[in-house]
Amino acid sequence: MLEQAFNGLVGGAFYALLALGLAVIFGMLGVVNFAHGAFYMLGAFGAYMLLTDWGVSFWVALGVVPVGLGLIGVVVERLLIRRLAGLDPLYNFLLTFGLALILQDLMKREYGAQSQPYPRPSALSGTVDLGLFSYPAYQVFVLGVAIVTCLAVWYVLSRTRAGMVVRAATERPELTRALGIDVGRWVTPVFGVGIALAGLAGVLAAPMRAVNPLMGSDLIIAVFAVVVIGGLGSIFGSVAAGFAVGLFTALANLYVPALSQTLVFILMVAVLLWRPAGLFGREEGIA
Amino acid sequence: MLRIDGLSAWYGEAQALRDVSLEVGKGEIVTLVGRNGAGKTTLLRCVMGLHTGAEGAVEFLGTDISGLAPHRRARRGLGYVPDDRGVYANLSVEENLMLPPAAGPDPWPLERVYETFPRLRERRRSPGTKLSGGEQQMLALARVLRMGARILLCDEPTEGLSPLIVQQIGAILREVKAQGVTVLLIEQNVHFAATVADRHYLLAEGRIAESMDNAEVKAREHELLDYLGI
Repeated sequence: MLEQAFNGLVGGAFYALLALGLAVIFGMLGVVNFAHGAFYMLGAFGAYMLLTDWGVSFWVALGVVPVGLGLIGVVVERLLIRRLAGLDPLYNFLLTFGLALILQDLMKREYGAQSQPYPRPSALSGTVDLGLFSYPAYQVFVLGVAIVTCLAVWYVLSRTRAGMVVRAATERPELTRALGIDVGRWVTPVFGVGIALAGLAGVLAAPMRAVNPLMGSDLIIAVFAVVVIGGLGSIFGSVAAGFAVGLFTALANLYVPALSQTLVFILMVAVLLWRPAGLFGREEGIA
Repeated sequence: MLRIDGLSAWYGEAQALRDVSLEVGKGEIVTLVGRNGAGKTTLLRCVMGLHTGAEGAVEFLGTDISGLAPHRRARRGLGYVPDDRGVYANLSVEENLMLPPAAGPDPWPLERVYETFPRLRERRRSPGTKLSGGEQQMLALARVLRMGARILLCDEPTEGLSPLIVQQIGAILREVKAQGVTVLLIEQNVHFAATVADRHYLLAEGRIAESMDNAEVKAREHELLDYLGI
């Protein structure tokens, strides 16, 4: 039971890293980024390619891949996402979903649809004794990295002026512009950081989960539900909901295995019936 | 100070403002009265550059600002107080105050803000939306004074507030006016408008129907209240 709860937190760590980026991007740009899962997938493939083509280790990939993907995110925002401002949300769907399909198929063309193996880094191949049970060291590491990353993002968001501007612009982008802040200038780096977080999650997933072109699209639907549960536009809510959903799903897997795949959506429906704006969302419209 | 000339605005096919022209002089408090849907909020949004689908000239301090992005207008000294007060839930009271960059020759130091609004000092660590309605309105006003706005664009600051708070807001508006700040105020409370403002425009169906001075508003208070349906 405790072990399963731990599994849940590790799974929740991936939700949290992805939901964090999605929530900030949605809040500031009003864009639902369907390509977010594809960038997660590219994170895993990035680590895989670096290892198989150049023999670059996991540890280097852990730093290089998120930064590289973040830069690609910056380019994608400048070239494509930026043009969605003020357009019908349908274009948002077409563009980001189309982008996700293109990225998936590019990887499929190169590596096929089957999963590629990625070895655990040897330093983390053992298990850690956690007192009541022993647990794979790699999973402990993943949880640690996710928590440290979320704390670092939280620190920047809550304690710096840049973070304050991002929080304001995520909550009320139009008002923030009317108060003298050039929200457009902040959008590009924020999008880049959001993509970098997805890339980081992808690298972390590579040794643990199957590296295949569809890994992102499988995960992202659940992440959307997580963001809705946390409350659209709520940064804290998305992270909290990520860990909570991971935990619930894992525990459900223990007692009612049949439910584990659908539980996130059941939770979403229940939360929306109870609080239509999500757990940490506010019902005020975006004026 | 602020001059609007031939301003028209649309929501899709529906025209919200028709050829509106008005002027607000330095140090004046001018109100816009009108029924719901007359176009008052749209007018303020056009002045801030938030409404896409408008044409006509908006001049501020002698320069045409109608092509500028909202944040550039704010930095020239336009202080926007939206109709829902625009207080951020994810920012503390103090962060709400510190968010806008200084925008005029005379930004208020935080200390002065807290002297004028002691309640905000007590609540400075609370999330903005934990404040009462009246306190949130004070915060929205204090925020644009902190940034040093030369003109306040206030969208119904007294709406839904108790008479005591409405009086306080009136006192603050008179005080900032005494310091040379200009105010363009949307106000349904005609009685309150006549106690704080210098002049009034009546907006009806997107047009300026009348321009009135205080004496006229006081003399016609009942007629106006009837017309506004209050």
